Amino acid sequence: MRLAPVAVERVAVTALWIMAAITVGLLFFIIAFILARGLPHISWEFLTESPAKMGREGGISPMIVASGLVASLAVLIAAPIGVATAVYLTEYTREGRATTTIRFGADCLAGIPSIIYGLFGFVFFAITLGLGLSVISGALTLALMVLPTIIRTSEEAIRAVPYAYREVSYGLGSTRWQMVTRVVLRSALPGIVTGIVLSLARAIEETAAVLLTAGSALRMPYSLFDSCRTLPLHFYLLAREGISMEKAYATAAVLVIAILAINFFAYWLMHRFIGKGGRHA
Amino acid sequence: MRQDKIISAILMAIAFTAILGLAVITIFIFKEGVPIILRLGGREFFFSSDWDPKAGHFGIRSMIIGSMMVTCGAMVIGISFSLGLAIVLTQFSPPGLTRVLKPVIELLAGIPSVVYGFVGVVTLVPLIQNHLGGPGLSVLAASIVLGIMVLPTVTSISVDALNAVPRPFWEGSIALGATRWQTVHMVMFKAARSGIVSAIILGMGRAVGETMAVIMVGGNTLAVPKSLLDPVRTLTANIALEMGYASGDHRQALFATGVTLFAFIMILNMIALTVSRRQARGTGAR
Repeated sequence: MRLAPVAVERVAVTALWIMAAITVGLLFFIIAFILARGLPHISWEFLTESPAKMGREGGISPMIVASGLVASLAVLIAAPIGVATAVYLTEYTREGRATTTIRFGADCLAGIPSIIYGLFGFVFFAITLGLGLSVISGALTLALMVLPTIIRTSEEAIRAVPYAYREVSYGLGSTRWQMVTRVVLRSALPGIVTGIVLSLARAIEETAAVLLTAGSALRMPYSLFDSCRTLPLHFYLLAREGISMEKAYATAAVLVIAILAINFFAYWLMHRFIGKGGRHA
Repeated sequence: MRQDKIISAILMAIAFTAILGLAVITIFIFKEGVPIILRLGGREFFFSSDWDPKAGHFGIRSMIIGSMMVTCGAMVIGISFSLGLAIVLTQFSPPGLTRVLKPVIELLAGIPSVVYGFVGVVTLVPLIQNHLGGPGLSVLAASIVLGIMVLPTVTSISVDALNAVPRPFWEGSIALGATRWQTVHMVMFKAARSGIVSAIILGMGRAVGETMAVIMVGGNTLAVPKSLLDPVRTLTANIALEMGYASGDHRQALFATGVTLFAFIMILNMIALTVSRRQARGTGAR
């Protein structure tokens, strides 16, 4: 028997909608689950005190500092390199062997799993360069890891700048460098910043690479060469070793809130960007 | 114009950081990992399931199989849901809803993998343990968690691929009297095929490489899993679990595990790149 196409359509579309609903439901479930169990245990003391008894008591202030430090350093290192690469790819060269090679490198870097970055960071930064398990080893490793994202988002943002801007800038007698810095980068800035902000979120949530390069010391990092423990790693150790479920949930809630806040900020930035682009066009 | 040349040269030097980084990573991982594979012999390392660092036995067969099982499981779940979502988002959902749903799905990618793993451990694992038996920490649990984790990647690339199909394809099909569903699966899917394939391959790469979530829900035993309900240790889990205290041969063997993983990922990347390049050429010809 052949079913009527309209009936098939109705069944298929219903099934698809159910799948979509399950997926979105899952997202809200995961976030709500963590927040519901974690929020009651978050207090001012939890955020500002040092942990005691391996994290069973006290707070997570050293981990917040460590996460902030490692992630922001990583982005500070990667952002100039990434943006410069994007400028080179879009404004300073034609499509050819050089661009193909660079894009190939970035694409491959983007596909490498974080645990491999961890292994590499461990043997290269921590051992070969003698930086040890430290904030700086972790940051350098993460910088390499977020580099492809920054290159790609910056490139897209720069390409979205209307060509007429460049012509006008040249027409007014500017050099290429003036045109790039004063016209192109300025217009592409919101898009570039969105990419950088998303990379920051990516660096904060990373666990495996940091585990092998920054260590897991509970103390506050006072220098770039101190070992430190980032928030997701602390959460992982608390949960896995069953040290304290309360503290684990609370740490996870802090992490999730931070990631959500950063993502919303990035989304807001991008929206402004798209709104602006529309007006220009 | 001299200044322009200098700036151009500096930017070019910086731009090669990406490829330089890739080269250095490859060299160091291989330099640390390959010697022990050569010393033990590929046969012993890849095809023996005996992993006992204290006794000097390093065989990663069970982890290779573990990684493959978990990845395949994750892809079954991830692909079906992602493609379903991508079709809803591009063909059936009203534009207002799409505008809300798309960022929500991208947000899924932002949740830390340890959080996925943890939620899996406290909700999914007991569910499997109570209703299906076994220890709960299993191939099945790892597959489901990873399936959810690859969802955003596969969905968003598939959405782009479906959106890139020229509008007349859709119009032509509808004008011939096909229903929207027929249009989707007979026309749109065929036209977007290579984009969807590269989405799937990239998702696979994500799943093979994921570490923390798999450690948390996989169970990490060394035996080759015989069913979906058996615990599993993947290549990534092996590295992350033992790297902390490994030294000497043991550490080299973990790097060799990394080399294996690296090889898998590079093969997947190459396939994805070739497929997407072919698509780029295909749409260009149209």
